[in-house]
Amino acid sequence: MNVNQQPHMASPYGQPQPGYQGYPQSGYGGQQVPGGYPAQFAPYNGPASAYQPGPPQGVRGPPTSGAPPVSAAQAYSQFGQGEVQNGPPAMGPPPQRSPVSQPYSQGAMNLTGPQPQYNQQFGAPPTSMQQMTTQMAGMQVGSTVPSPAGPGYAPPTISQAPVSAAYTPSDPSSYAPTPTVPSQPPPAERVPQSTPSQPYYGAPAQQPFPTAAPPFSAPGPAQAPAPPLASQQSFPQGPPPSQPPFSSAPPQAPPTASYGGPLPPVQAPHPRAPPPTSQPSAFPGGPPPTSTPSQYPGPPMPQQSPVSQPSPFHSGPPPLPTTAGGFPPQGGAPPRPLHPGMQGPPLASQGPLMSQANHVAPPQPGMLPGQPTAGMAGPPPPQQPGMQGYPPQQNGAFGQVRGPQPGYAGQYPGQQNYGAAPPAQAPAPSAPKRLDPDSIPSPIQVIEDDKANKGSEPFVTGVRGQAPPLVTTNFQVKDQGNASPRFIRCTSYNMPCTSDMAKQSQVPLAAVIKPLATLPPDEIPPYIVDHGEGGPIRCNRCKAYMCPYMQFIEGGRRFQCGFCSCVTEVPPHYFQHLDHTGKRVDCCDRPELSMGSYEFMATVDYCKNNKIPQPPAFIFLIDVSYNAVKNGMVRMVCQELKTLLDYLPRENPDVQSNIRVGFVTYNKVLHFYNVKASLAQPQMMVVSDVADMFVPLLDGFLVNVSESRVVIESLLDQIPDMFADTRETETVFGPVIQAGLEALKAADCAGKLFVFHSSLPIAEAPGKLKNREDKKLVGTDKEKSLFQPQISFYANLAKECVTQGCCVDLFLFPNQYVDVATLGVVPTSTGGSVYKYTYFQAQSDQERFLNDLRKDVQKPMGFDAVMRVRTSTGIRATDFFGSFYMSNTTDVELAGLDCDKTVTVEFRHDDKLSEETGALMQCAVLYTSCTGQRRLRIHNMAVNCCAQLADLYRNCETDTIINYFAKYAYRSILNNPTKNVRDSLVNQCAQILACYRKNCASPSSAGQLILPECMKLLPVYLNCVLKSDVLHPGADVSLDDRAYLRQLVSAMDVTESHVFFYPRLLPVHKLDVESDALPVAIRDSEERLSKGGVYLLETGLNLFLWVGANAQQELLQNIFGTPAFSQIDPSMTSLPVLENPYSKRLREIIESFRMQRSRYMKLMVVKQEDKLELIFKHFLVEDKNNSGGASYVDFLCHMHKEIRQLLS
Amino acid sequence: MTTFPEFIQQNEDRDGVRFSWNVWPSSRLEATRMVVPVASLFTPLKERPDLPPIQYEPVLCSRATCRAVLNPLCQVDYRAKLWACNFCYQRNQFPPTYAGISEVNQPAELLPQFSTIEYVVQRGPQMPLNFLYVVDTCMEDEDLQALKESLQMSLSLLPPTALVGLITFGRMIQVHELGCEGISKSYVFRGTKDLNAKQLQEMLGLTKPAAAQAGRGPQQPQAPPSNRFLQPVQKIDMNLTDLLGELQRDPWPVTQGKRPLRSLGVALSIAVGLLECTFPNTGARIMTFIGGPATQGPGMVVGDELKTPIRSWHDIEKDNAKFMKKATKHYEALANRAAANGHIIDIYACALDQTGLAEMKCCTNYTGGYMVMADSFNTSLFKQTFQRVFTKDVQGSFKMAFAGTLEIKTSREIKISGAIGPCTSLNAKGPCVSENVNFGFITFLECLFFSFYLFLQHNAPIPQGGRGAIQYVTQYQHSSGQRRIRVTTIARNWADAQTQIQNIAASFDQEAAAILMARLAVYRAESEEGPDVLRWLDRQLIRLFMFHLRRSPFLQVFNNSPDESSYYRHHFMRQDLTQSLIMIQPILYAYSFSGPPEPVLLDSSSILPDRILLMDTFFQILIYHGETVSQWRKAGYQDMPEYENFRHLLQAPVDDAQEILHSRFPMPRYIDTEHGGSQARFLLSKVNPSQTHNNMYAWGQESGAPILTDDVSLQVFMDHLKKLAVSSAA
Repeated sequence: MNVNQQPHMASPYGQPQPGYQGYPQSGYGGQQVPGGYPAQFAPYNGPASAYQPGPPQGVRGPPTSGAPPVSAAQAYSQFGQGEVQNGPPAMGPPPQRSPVSQPYSQGAMNLTGPQPQYNQQFGAPPTSMQQMTTQMAGMQVGSTVPSPAGPGYAPPTISQAPVSAAYTPSDPSSYAPTPTVPSQPPPAERVPQSTPSQPYYGAPAQQPFPTAAPPFSAPGPAQAPAPPLASQQSFPQGPPPSQPPFSSAPPQAPPTASYGGPLPPVQAPHPRAPPPTSQPSAFPGGPPPTSTPSQYPGPPMPQQSPVSQPSPFHSGPPPLPTTAGGFPPQGGAPPRPLHPGMQGPPLASQGPLMSQANHVAPPQPGMLPGQPTAGMAGPPPPQQPGMQGYPPQQNGAFGQVRGPQPGYAGQYPGQQNYGAAPPAQAPAPSAPKRLDPDSIPSPIQVIEDDKANKGSEPFVTGVRGQAPPLVTTNFQVKDQGNASPRFIRCTSYNMPCTSDMAKQSQVPLAAVIKPLATLPPDEIPPYIVDHGEGGPIRCNRCKAYMCPYMQFIEGGRRFQCGFCSCVTEVPPHYFQHLDHTGKRVDCCDRPELSMGSYEFMATVDYCKNNKIPQPPAFIFLIDVSYNAVKNGMVRMVCQELKTLLDYLPRENPDVQSNIRVGFVTYNKVLHFYNVKASLAQPQMMVVSDVADMFVPLLDGFLVNVSESRVVIESLLDQIPDMFADTRETETVFGPVIQAGLEALKAADCAGKLFVFHSSLPIAEAPGKLKNREDKKLVGTDKEKSLFQPQISFYANLAKECVTQGCCVDLFLFPNQYVDVATLGVVPTSTGGSVYKYTYFQAQSDQERFLNDLRKDVQKPMGFDAVMRVRTSTGIRATDFFGSFYMSNTTDVELAGLDCDKTVTVEFRHDDKLSEETGALMQCAVLYTSCTGQRRLRIHNMAVNCCAQLADLYRNCETDTIINYFAKYAYRSILNNPTKNVRDSLVNQCAQILACYRKNCASPSSAGQLILPECMKLLPVYLNCVLKSDVLHPGADVSLDDRAYLRQLVSAMDVTESHVFFYPRLLPVHKLDVESDALPVAIRDSEERLSKGGVYLLETGLNLFLWVGANAQQELLQNIFGTPAFSQIDPSMTSLPVLENPYSKRLREIIESFRMQRSRYMKLMVVKQEDKLELIFKHFLVEDKNNSGGASYVDFLCHMHKEIRQLLS
Repeated sequence: MTTFPEFIQQNEDRDGVRFSWNVWPSSRLEATRMVVPVASLFTPLKERPDLPPIQYEPVLCSRATCRAVLNPLCQVDYRAKLWACNFCYQRNQFPPTYAGISEVNQPAELLPQFSTIEYVVQRGPQMPLNFLYVVDTCMEDEDLQALKESLQMSLSLLPPTALVGLITFGRMIQVHELGCEGISKSYVFRGTKDLNAKQLQEMLGLTKPAAAQAGRGPQQPQAPPSNRFLQPVQKIDMNLTDLLGELQRDPWPVTQGKRPLRSLGVALSIAVGLLECTFPNTGARIMTFIGGPATQGPGMVVGDELKTPIRSWHDIEKDNAKFMKKATKHYEALANRAAANGHIIDIYACALDQTGLAEMKCCTNYTGGYMVMADSFNTSLFKQTFQRVFTKDVQGSFKMAFAGTLEIKTSREIKISGAIGPCTSLNAKGPCVSENVNFGFITFLECLFFSFYLFLQHNAPIPQGGRGAIQYVTQYQHSSGQRRIRVTTIARNWADAQTQIQNIAASFDQEAAAILMARLAVYRAESEEGPDVLRWLDRQLIRLFMFHLRRSPFLQVFNNSPDESSYYRHHFMRQDLTQSLIMIQPILYAYSFSGPPEPVLLDSSSILPDRILLMDTFFQILIYHGETVSQWRKAGYQDMPEYENFRHLLQAPVDDAQEILHSRFPMPRYIDTEHGGSQARFLLSKVNPSQTHNNMYAWGQESGAPILTDDVSLQVFMDHLKKLAVSSAA
């Protein structure tokens, strides 16, 4: 069974792969060589065509079953397309697409990068698409040949079929599609004629969906983009086509949003199946039989090869092989087909890429080339592949990849190579269970597609239920009644109408709210509305604030609350007549009636103790114990503060900040400083009575910077010297916060404490801690205790802090265990942040720390904030995640709220929702601005409600879901064994996907993994969460680090959590100095690194520059000023400033990355094979990691298994 | 043979001792029957410019329980080089250094004129003097400014090697670290929490001597005794002056209707603790300057609500002073700690309202510190008094000594029953000595009062001509830093009361006895109900003197706040005999054209229109212009050349007053008033109301001024006493 399952698994993967293949192919093709482009197109077309063909071909017979799906698929597709089209408005997308495809190609290039030639070629390639096409044409010919081969395979398939009926059917269907693939080739041909894209598109369009087709065709050239939209889908489809099931799936999927996993199975698969069969015949014929067991891999390989062969042929063949091979294998072992499918595509797409990286392996290339040449002939490849394939198999998935690589090498020479590649792939099959990484959903692809589709037009928030662009996309927002996604992102923009649906789907309903987010300069910050002395107009019953959802009735004399339906009188001063549509005449003049986000001026009733608040204060509390002095922190802080104090937050840059500052140093005792302007020199006041903290002075402690500048500077000059030869090593911590708190209390204001702390507070004082680091507990049921604070003191202290509006930011400079879990309690409960600089060294960490400090001090923030989320009847905010304190179940209290702090809110049904009204939420944050004004910031959000699960799945946002999952899991480990948490995550995820499969996807083989389009990255991202240090620590990860990350993630917004879990990896050696565009990122996997490349990896916390051992001297010279790899200093933290455009550009990029993140990322230069590489590799999240975290491929398999279990 | 008065005077001049009886009855029974106990007034450090200190150490009796010092009364065997202790009769060998001793070559301590002799101890390091200023900052800016100036001035009066420290307090207590460059440091403590010495030591970082603090200040290795908080004046003079200059008024807001929070109790505790852990048994003065009552923490005497007034005698009697007992206990504990370490606590309280002296009196009383009370720091009373604290003698050393202990050795027949004065007991027990006494500090002027119970060892009569001897051994730290020992040995004859009653009677020292009785009375007044004491006093003695004593603030609390009573009593207990007499019976001088100034009766009849009166009550110097004189003055006759004599007349009492003002400590309040002036009440309250509104017509109107009072006049008092005496005798 396992075997079967595996195959199944494979097949599903394979299916997706096809999609991928399509992507990769397109991308790669384009990237790699002109020829490549065609190839890409081919794939695209392939998919598209595949779809259509699929159905038409009637393979449908089997498809028939599929047929309905087809229709459904179509429906879906339509939707999908429709959406896509809508989204992209085909127009937009098309253009983008093309770029996308190009980027991909570039990506591919990167991969190929290692092969300089390719790169060079690339430069050329993009320019001449036609050439590519022409080549394509040639290819096609070859492909055609393969197709025949396919048939040959077919027979084997038959043989397979017997083995597992189920499989066979599915496979057959898929195969059927393959035939379509062949048809695709034709499109490819067309392509050559016109623009490659056009033909393809045309072909695909026509074939897949008449309706869709036309648009595509019409767009023709522009269509390219269109395809992209569809492409993602279509791509998947494309590949799927190649692999009948897959291809078909994709096509459908696209519509559905899913890879079409569903679709492919249905339609395309079958038609395509034929082609594959043909191919299979060729490849599988050889390989499959030979290696039935291993065959699985074998088939995939072929598929890959086909995929890789952007050319229709390849596509054709691959599918065929897959199908064919698959079938045969199935016969022998069902898995084969799956794998083939999976691998095939991946290989194809990735293959090239990978290959480049991997390519290094000369033998295969050699083989491949040979094969390719001969490759055209299906048979030869198979044999060779088989041979080769095996070895690769041994290698594992990668091995397979390698296979393809050679293929690529070959590919370039001629598309034929692709053909050959398949053979190579055949070897790939060796890793039967392994999927080709290229065939599985690629985050990069999704990101790039989204950029292409949605990045060009402003996102208008007025439309209810519309999902915003991904966080990785640059876009502009126009507020037309809903809050910008920069403020609020929802996991789903279509909420299920009933709780049953919600339960069934298991999709979390949550919103990630960043109330004070900074907007880009081209967007207008929320308007400030003043409703006068009476305060903001609110609903009488639920107290919701005036917003666009309030319905004015009775000629404007009353309004009905959109949240609770209560009718409230309009106060006379607010009265306005209604126009004929029932809207207020002044609707457009009033932000609160027309915008999603705005601010109210709060009246005295909204202030603590009914007193207008004092301007807030910043208090700097600096550890001056031995460690802190010795590592240079003290001197650094003092030095920096002298200038930093000029940049305290203010609303108007011309006016001086109202914020007052105070200074405290401490070790075992606290030193307060009187820096009153009238003093000749600062006064230090030592408080040794830490058991019962108090503030020794009032006047002169909190001062205005400009007034006391001289005294402050004198103080900051003296502090480092004063403690230069201290021998005090013990510190206190609780009293430090108490001191700040008391100071704020005494001054009767809110504020923020900046605590710079170095060691575990073991001195006798309240809040004293023990060293409880016990690694033996890790992995046991007691592990959770390590994340809990060891004493309750800090929780109580935090409560007091919140009451006073005292936000605490903690900068840690530990040399050893400091118990972040406990020390972080106050910061995380007060809306503060924890920064940790382990083994801090002035020289190397200075920049990072100082930049963090600068950012932290300067960032706009609100104080003493209370946030409340109101919702319309039917749902309720039930759970909150983030850095805050809650004294009841509804009010989120934040002593401080800065522009980076994010609160994730989970909603649950308490009633039915209606599709007409949708669901409303209003997030109101009452806070004190940095000028001391009391304000209310309101964010409104309306989402659709749906009675169909499909709608839910179509409007999800995976990044946001992951954000929620991460926060949920990170909180759960406080109370549950880590393993349980991981399991439940996997479970929930499986349920989500299974529910989709069961209710939304068109029927298909149970062996197929079908993912919703919007969630196709869920597995990979989830895997990243599961593998994160917090949930799955390696041996070298300290408890502090885990606690630190745990706390950090809990306040992250989607942008940060995205890059945190799936780091961005840029092949900077492909940097185009001339353009502003960044090179397309590549997937986080070691196989994608080329020895000759230089890569920049960003996690939001760290920045790595990985240098391949074979990097070009010129490149090194440009970056490091030295041509020799060996002379690169791995300890450098910033790149040398060199006067060449490349260096300049690279540094700019690094700088811009740093600007984007709330924390400064220290740059680490990692040389290949260097010991630091271990750290770097830790962030290649698609790979297996040292601590046992699964690779993407493995995890996907696992996930699939889970889903299948749920389904059966 | 000199007369007893001469003998007494001589004794006082030489030894600073006065006895109530200079011939002692030989049995206990007789002694008790004599009503006035055998007691001495002793001024341990009477100024003796003619007495050169001896640069060697005293020779002690070898008996462990005796340890008396070799003195002129000892019998010496020059040949055997032996001497016999006159207290325990132990025979002692002279030390080797006395080898050359002979009848003609006697050491000073054997010469009769050196019955009081001072030795300089050469052993041990020379310890510095410590002056720790404890300054209240809860006061008006004007006051604070004046205080700051006084303090700054005082720095110049300190010996350059003396260590000074500064503690300021308001709501919080700041212990200032001295000698910091660039930044002034202080350790801050909250005023509501008392700390013991050990805690304090830790919190001030004094436990690890060299660790944290040594680094900063340019500490001189040869001056180890100084620390961050107490540094030589010469070194941190400028620094401290600046620091004092920058002292701010306590910044904590005082809301309407509240008293500022003043953490005096803890501030004192910290001061005591600081010295305790850094300079135990080394001379030190804690000079406390307060501008109001302690209002929070241990030692608080009143809450911070202005609506609740500070306790009065009335409250105390009604047991309604809720903080009093606790506060008194707190200060007593502090005083005992300070005294045990030889540290002195001074209190300079300047406020219009009470400041809690009643609770804090023990601090000064036990340690020998000064208590000064004035209305404001911005008055000459305070300023000059404070300046006078640092008065120096002809040799340029302070007229103060530190860390003194007084040991009294007595003959076997005598036991000491107790001491009254600024001292605490060492609680030492000895066979012939019942008490040892420890002083924080002794001024040259002050008198201790000891009362002895004569105690016959056996019933055997004391041999005729035998003498009872007493030796006072006072060890102290001289203001130069030297450790000195002053030994005073005196002897008095025994007499059988039956046979030699005249002798005994003749030896009675009336003044000394009066003061002794007065002090005894005041002492009792401290612990007993006022009327009881008066009754006791009435039973004991009847004298004119007692009339005034009864009316004096020492016994009468009417019209005085508890603080004032404490203040007056404090001074009464420690001034020497003459001054004490003045306190009880103020001196009244009359100036007129009719003759030179003359002392007149303290009687309302002395108040005449054409007289200028000068009254000295010790605490006040009052010049009173009679009705006519004041009219003249108003008319400005003194400015007319032809009436120069009038100007002289006006000037004469002023000059005399100045003279007194300059010599007295604390400086008296100087009052210049006239007939009908409001301040004349001070005079009128003191004089004997021989004429009141009740009897003014009986005595004729031409003389004196009637006093509007219901108090009995001396005449009535005497009449009553006579009656009482007769009836009680019966």
